[in-house]
Amino acid sequence: MLELTALDRELLGGQHGEAAALAMRVLVRSATLMGADDLLDIHNAHIDGCLYHGQASLDFVERLVEGGGKVKVPTTLNVGSLDLIHPELFRGGKALQSQAERLMQAHVELGCESTFTCAPYQGRNRPRFGEQIAWAESNAIVFANSVLGARTNRYGDFMDLCAALTGRAPNCGLHVTENRVGQVLFVLQDFPHEPAGRDIYFAALGLFAGKHVGARIPVFDGLPPDTSEDELKALGAACATTGAVGLFHAVGITPEAPTQSAAFGGRPVPETVRVSRADLDRTRAALSSARPGDRLVAVSVGTPHFSLAEFDQLLGLLDEQQARPCIDFYVNTSRFILWELEQAGKLNQLQESGITIVTDTCTYITPVMRQTRGLIMTNSGKWAHYAPANIGVEVAFGSLRECVLSALRAEVVFDAR
Amino acid sequence: MPADTTRAHWPAAAVVTGQGSGQALLLEQPLSFWGGYDAARGCIVETRHPQHGANLAGRVMLMASAKGSSSSSSVLAEAIRNGTGPTAIIMRERDLIVGLGCIVASELYACHVPVVVVSSDDWRELLARARDAQGRWHVRAPESGVGEVRLVG
Repeated sequence: MLELTALDRELLGGQHGEAAALAMRVLVRSATLMGADDLLDIHNAHIDGCLYHGQASLDFVERLVEGGGKVKVPTTLNVGSLDLIHPELFRGGKALQSQAERLMQAHVELGCESTFTCAPYQGRNRPRFGEQIAWAESNAIVFANSVLGARTNRYGDFMDLCAALTGRAPNCGLHVTENRVGQVLFVLQDFPHEPAGRDIYFAALGLFAGKHVGARIPVFDGLPPDTSEDELKALGAACATTGAVGLFHAVGITPEAPTQSAAFGGRPVPETVRVSRADLDRTRAALSSARPGDRLVAVSVGTPHFSLAEFDQLLGLLDEQQARPCIDFYVNTSRFILWELEQAGKLNQLQESGITIVTDTCTYITPVMRQTRGLIMTNSGKWAHYAPANIGVEVAFGSLRECVLSALRAEVVFDAR
Repeated sequence: MPADTTRAHWPAAAVVTGQGSGQALLLEQPLSFWGGYDAARGCIVETRHPQHGANLAGRVMLMASAKGSSSSSSVLAEAIRNGTGPTAIIMRERDLIVGLGCIVASELYACHVPVVVVSSDDWRELLARARDAQGRWHVRAPESGVGEVRLVG
């Protein structure tokens, strides 16, 4: 039986408004379904409700707006179906455009911040270690849990917003210490340590591990000691693409895994998988049949949204080559990072180099790319996995460096392996 | 032990409250509603799914477990709103994403599509019966949490 506090009961009884009551009813029914004993306080929320999936998505949010709903904790928003900063990029129908725009706007009316990013953790919403939060969007969930050591279950449509409107979440799953220990050990034998071009191996490892573990918690041992935050971002996003992964540990790198033993909570390792570079090359090959020399129509990177550090790498690579891409080169990022780029005087440089920046949304969920017939290259495991079904493209899968070299020649270029 | 072919009543845990009935539609594999079900037309569009092309409208859906994106909750709620969703759902494993779709549809549109969960043994029996019985299935999921599945005819 779910135990409620006096405040929970007030919310449920409508003393804090119709919207909060609706949110609490959904939360209580969901918590009962999950078998939670009670609810806990959350400190912030990230909402993935801005993608338009039909009338019901909009009806739910409109009902909350009409009921005077306001978020109780700082709340950021995930991507929507539109780039509100660059609306001219949208190539879909007018009806969809207006419904999608209203959905985004209604969330803002509830008090959510208009961040529209899948990487809120690289903006201003960066939860602290041990903080209880309610996040949606698979890559953001896995980053917050694994890299920051904050605590969230894998929330999604409706639940995330109900948590934000009440400041409460079911006390179970990854909110609880004992459920956060590793379950499968991946021993990396010859993982590339040389930084140039190794980003693709983090994505490949994530796809490989996610498929193997399903909903269990993977532990990686043998990643380079200088593994960057963006590389962990790529790893987590890919894990959460092929598996229902909400948390991973990287021994010596992520905060809950100073040692292998700590990652497993001092218990015996239930299962060990050895992963060689050849395994990861096979994962890469399985995603794409593109061969060196194949004609390329575009490049898309920034899934999850590009960070400032990744823009610096991109600028460095373009600078090194002293040439411009001769095909469309899309980078998805947040409006927050866009402003930072502008402040730093880097935006002009990117535009002059022929880079198209897409904000608030992502190239694989909405019609923004000019060309979707033919081969498109990405360094994102998530993009490579979803884009063929979502927008009907063929994918070439390579590192950021390979993406840049390929864009300069309009054909697939792979580093020697 | 061979399945009991005369039994027509099974206990079930009520996961989402409501009552519903109809002919069975058995999904032989998990379905992700997002990307797998067209809620506008009422049609399973995941091409590799064994029930590709099937319409859930008016049917009691049997699906052992769920898979895929959390956006499936929205698509299921939209299908229920649009009359292209099932009238009841029977599962072997409890699933928040499926449950949420039904919870939200019941809150927004007062369409109470029940979700119940049965034991593994009962699931095997239900599978066998759903494959060859022609009858009408009734699912009851009351507030008490103690629900039931009945096969009539």
